[in-house]
Amino acid sequence: MQRLIGKKIGMTSVFNTEGNNIPCTVIEAGPCVVTQVKTKEKEGVNAFQLAWGDKKEKHWKKTEVGHFKASGSTPKKVTVDVRDPRIERKVGEVIDSTVFNEGEYVDVIANSKGKGFQGVVKRHGFAGVGESTHGQHNRLRAPGSIGACSTPSRVFKGTRMAGRTGNNRVKVINLEIIKIYPDKNLILVKGAVPGYNGTTVILEK
Amino acid sequence: MSNIIKDLEIHQLRTDLPDFKAGDKVAVHYVIKEGNKERPQIFQGDVIQRNGEGATETFTVRKISNGVGVERIFPVQSPKIAKIELLKKGKVRRAKIFYLRGLTGKKARIQEKI
Repeated sequence: MQRLIGKKIGMTSVFNTEGNNIPCTVIEAGPCVVTQVKTKEKEGVNAFQLAWGDKKEKHWKKTEVGHFKASGSTPKKVTVDVRDPRIERKVGEVIDSTVFNEGEYVDVIANSKGKGFQGVVKRHGFAGVGESTHGQHNRLRAPGSIGACSTPSRVFKGTRMAGRTGNNRVKVINLEIIKIYPDKNLILVKGAVPGYNGTTVILEK
Repeated sequence: MSNIIKDLEIHQLRTDLPDFKAGDKVAVHYVIKEGNKERPQIFQGDVIQRNGEGATETFTVRKISNGVGVERIFPVQSPKIAKIELLKKGKVRRAKIFYLRGLTGKKARIQEKI
């Protein structure tokens, strides 16, 4: 598994050779620094830590400065573990967008946009009551029954109801890489990516 | 739109198209595929809006076909547009002339800009 940390820039269109319009998301990804190599014996997990995103010096903490010193980098905003026994990395290595190739499929992980308190139709995809006439008053988007009566005389845990929606960690799988600009650290993936423009995203292969 | 996206788009934008806006009468030569042959199909009508910017910009052309209003949306930057003929410059006060949808016959004419 290869991973790269980056930032969602926004969406654009690319026209392919057949003249079709492909919607793309522009992601500014990398360069990431390997800041720590974790081992089963010491940290309990075989992994290496990637870090990305420069921080202003006034936000540096002394503990952070110490942690990032080993890799010769300054404190970074985001750190992510990569657990893959097939990949060996050394502390201080720099990984950029060249780990991916055009035409490959990647997964993108990000925090989705917060939607606030939403009903069951938007939140869980309930169908609603269905008809707006035949005696329906104001229950068009209501959830319906949430369970039986005296047995079990309670509502089961996990019953899907209205509530806070969005702002979750979401992984969108199998997005095609349309184009890579290694000099600008930009990756164009086909389709939409969760979250706001400027949000931190993780690309994974 | 962010500057990064603008920089990416700038070299795929077309420069061969005429400058047209809402109210103009245009003929769009759109290349369609029939079997393995390609030919331009002409869609002629009034531009009622231009929407968006950069590579994602689109425009809507409205025409009356057999008494029925037909609208078609084209991406401005699409390579399938072989040519856009600017037939008439229209004199309108708005950038989006959706009021045209409610008008028919003589009322739906657009004054020419001279």
